[in-house]
Amino acid sequence: MKKMLFYTNLSVLLGIFLSACVTINIYFPAAAAEKAADKIIGEVWQLEEKEEQE
Amino acid sequence: MNRTILYFLLMALFLVPQAIYAEEANLEVNTPAIASLKQSMQARHAQLVANYENGAVGFTKDGLVALRDASAVPLAQRQHVNALISAENQDRNALYREIARANNHPEWEQQIRTTFGQRWIKLAKSGWWYQAASGSWTQK
Repeated sequence: MKKMLFYTNLSVLLGIFLSACVTINIYFPAAAAEKAADKIIGEVWQLEEKEEQE
Repeated sequence: MNRTILYFLLMALFLVPQAIYAEEANLEVNTPAIASLKQSMQARHAQLVANYENGAVGFTKDGLVALRDASAVPLAQRQHVNALISAENQDRNALYREIARANNHPEWEQQIRTTFGQRWIKLAKSGWWYQAASGSWTQK
């Protein structure tokens, strides 16, 4: 009985772990997207580039 | 006793996804497709900028451009400006799609579009027009 409870707990934990992996994978990196957008817009509009010159 | 150790090990495993995520905090934007879109948009910007300044063209909340005030464009040029807008929107749509695809997450396209929509407006010069969240045109 005790052993069964242990395996139930174990499978619940494993389930949470797997779903955490999936969640992280789908998670949209908002800060990185903003950075990428600023870089591209800066190039398209030829805004002053402080850091890099190409 | 063994169970306790096993639980701790499992808990430690939860940190793995976070570590993996922390490593890729940058979006891939250096692909040939994206580079050529940027180039084409950069060349077009020289022609569009006057239309941003006189309010003929504004930025929509979904990351595109639209004819806001047709009367600001001389009749003879209206067709040309419409063609510019349509070409620009085609490039912008392709850009959002390409960035999502370059990062192996085609489903991110909508979020990338939204992010760009906010950043175009944020970086727009004062005097240029944009569509507020409510949908009404606003001047920066």
